[in-house]
Amino acid sequence: MNWLDTVIQGTLLGGLYALFAMGLAVIYGVMKQINIAHGDFIVLAAYVALGIVAATGLHPFLVIPLAIVVFGAFGYFLQRTVLNRTLGSDILPPLVVTYGLSIVIENVLQQTQSGDPKSLKLGSLETASLPLGGGLAIGAFPLIMLVTAIVVAIVLEIVFNRTRLGMAFRAVSDDREIASIMGVRDRRLFGYATAISFAVIAIAGVFMGIKFTFSPSLGPNFLLYAFEAVVIGGMGSFWGTLAGGIILGIAQAIGFALNPGWGILAGHLVFLAVLLVRPTGIFARSA
Amino acid sequence: MSALLETQALVAFYGDFQALFGIDTEVAEGERVALIGANGAGKSTFLTSIAGMRRSAPESIRFDCSPIGALGAADVAALGIALVPEGRRLFPSLSVEENLTMGAFNRRKGPWDLGRVYELFPVLSEKKNAPATSLSGGQQQMVAIGRALMANPRLLMCDEISLGLAPAVVKEVYAALSVVCGEHGVSAIIVEQDIELARTISDRAYCFTHGTVSLSGASADLSREAISAAYFGV
Amino acid sequence: MSVASTVRVERYATGGRALLAIAVVVVLALISGPFWLSSEAMRLVVEFVCLLAMAQMWNLLVGYGGLVSIGQQAYIGIGGYALFVLANQLGLNPFLSVPLAGLVAALFALPTSRVLFGLSGGYFAVATWVVAEVYRLLVANISALGSGAGVSLTAMLAFDKGTREAITFWLAVALLLATTGGVYALLRSRLGLALTALRDSDVAAESQGVDVARIKLLVYVIAAFGTGCAGALYFLNALRISPDAAFGMDWIPLLFFTVIIGGIGTIEGPILGTLLYFTLRQLFADYGTWYLIALGLLAIVIMIRFPRGIYGELAARFGWRFFPVQRILRDP
Repeated sequence: MNWLDTVIQGTLLGGLYALFAMGLAVIYGVMKQINIAHGDFIVLAAYVALGIVAATGLHPFLVIPLAIVVFGAFGYFLQRTVLNRTLGSDILPPLVVTYGLSIVIENVLQQTQSGDPKSLKLGSLETASLPLGGGLAIGAFPLIMLVTAIVVAIVLEIVFNRTRLGMAFRAVSDDREIASIMGVRDRRLFGYATAISFAVIAIAGVFMGIKFTFSPSLGPNFLLYAFEAVVIGGMGSFWGTLAGGIILGIAQAIGFALNPGWGILAGHLVFLAVLLVRPTGIFARSA
Repeated sequence: MSALLETQALVAFYGDFQALFGIDTEVAEGERVALIGANGAGKSTFLTSIAGMRRSAPESIRFDCSPIGALGAADVAALGIALVPEGRRLFPSLSVEENLTMGAFNRRKGPWDLGRVYELFPVLSEKKNAPATSLSGGQQQMVAIGRALMANPRLLMCDEISLGLAPAVVKEVYAALSVVCGEHGVSAIIVEQDIELARTISDRAYCFTHGTVSLSGASADLSREAISAAYFGV
Repeated sequence: MSVASTVRVERYATGGRALLAIAVVVVLALISGPFWLSSEAMRLVVEFVCLLAMAQMWNLLVGYGGLVSIGQQAYIGIGGYALFVLANQLGLNPFLSVPLAGLVAALFALPTSRVLFGLSGGYFAVATWVVAEVYRLLVANISALGSGAGVSLTAMLAFDKGTREAITFWLAVALLLATTGGVYALLRSRLGLALTALRDSDVAAESQGVDVARIKLLVYVIAAFGTGCAGALYFLNALRISPDAAFGMDWIPLLFFTVIIGGIGTIEGPILGTLLYFTLRQLFADYGTWYLIALGLLAIVIMIRFPRGIYGELAARFGWRFFPVQRILRDP
């Protein structure tokens, strides 16, 4: 096995996992809730993008801005109508409701889409690569994914740390009650947070659809990767989440290179190891 | 002149447990009202009810003659009622300046902005970028008060702001409060454990015992004996 | 004036005793089952009992232990595979291996809890899922366990069909009594009182001397044991096991829906929920996965509007208590 090549491929894959994870981190950071249907929404985004491409003939990259707007609005709407009703100190309602959403999305897709796996096509860009010398090469598209993940991390950091909205997000996450007596309307704010999360999900979904062939049942796996990346990286900054995604990607790549059956398992084991040794995450801000 | 704030038969429950049994109070414009009573008497519950952190019957709380009992906290804040909560409850993830800025989230017009708050509490200006919870107890209390002032309130409610502070710091804090109320006509409800202190910093006082008003009157007129009797429910 | 002397603590509600009598009659009828039920009917009853046992264990875990797990399928799978290893590879009696498989599951629960118990809430839930996935992938990669294709319960060839079906059926009846009766007895005991306190408030319970950490571990291990037994019996009934069937995610909707729709934190709730799930599944088997979609939407609606579940709401409204587990204060 060529270690350097494996690590590079893992890093690039990690960019996609980081995109999966950052959407989850936004919601967990603001509302302390995990959306079990997170991965299914990523798959849904891919199907929606596929539909748009089929209807309009647009290049998948051009579909991204449209998908961001559509999914962002959908996320806001979902939060305000359904998910806001699960807020509170009881942990069961948000888990059950989002789990119910996951089942509904998966099975509706199963019943309404044809069974064969789908994919978004990029044309020649899919196989384009940049040579690095020494016989190594980076795929152009995987590089685009990693760069996008970095850009998203930068944007999210700016939003959360340098805007009024982000300050409200952090305040509400610290103390929802006291934030409300300052005038923060939390129901609306949570809608914005979910809208942002879904915007990132839309990007992740389109990229996923290009990178993998997808089918309705992949949702839960993506949730697990997103979750593992968040835990490995640690809460507190989106750079940590980015790093977590990359570490997960590298772990899976190494596992896969050792034995194809061990790829995903390697990722799980690294996750469990981090849980045992440093449960707050590798790059967590110690608060 | 009608009162700025009026409560009438205000009740409050925690599940099956009743904390307030019909509270009648009023606060006039520019008045400082002290609220004393033993732990568990219902003082914090009273303040949180007014702040909109719990729902009450609409007519049981009136502000500027309008019923606000059923309003949510964000709406109550928009009307100009600010709370310095028990235990300060600063936002740990935010810096001092960010905590103060959060106070102004509603963007109410008035004399208070970051500059004025730093004038009132100069030490905060030096620490403006520090995480709010890294400050000393007294400094955190200043941040909490400053945060409430940033809302440019017409009614300021303070819940035990002297708890855990050195006497010199308490003096400083209440002196600042005096300035705020005197110069800017802000009304205040001040929950204070120290009865003597409560008398000196207020125009009128209420004593709560087991969720009811057991004594009320002008602070200067209330005798020690009357207060003790009311406080301990004897 | 002492308050304690003027109230009494009552432990049975109206109607409870009558319904308990009915339940006894049902159980007696079941015991005679192999003599009058068809093979198909017995197979279904065994499957139902297994699902119900899993639901009761999950209810114990979540409704009383406050541990929201979406990874209990780990123990279904461990129980199942333990049974096959004990019976096929080690040559033990397959029927006796069912409770042994449960013990194996309980043993696995101990180190698993060390990894998981630092987490809480949503983090804990998803982590339990990861753990189940790890077990699935590990088993799928071990060729001695049949890898991805699975393995058949060859140890059963030693028995004729009639005996096999009858003993499997009676094992199911025993499991039914053990889990439902066991949970009932547990909740009426001192441990049960501690669990109810824990459910209402961790912190308050701890301040009253309840060792929260130890009790959570106990509940987790008991639930693993019960789930392991149910898993073992399920695959004893099915005669075949594979990693996807054992550790797959198809178990999760069952557990969620039976307990939540039935009503969490009650004993009757999971019974009602499992009946509902089972009936719906049998009725709509030919219509693809639409029943799952319906179940998903139902769970969403119920969790939002009727968090106590169908049974919980009805019980609250009409004061029903078939399996009374609380202590009601009454004026004498």
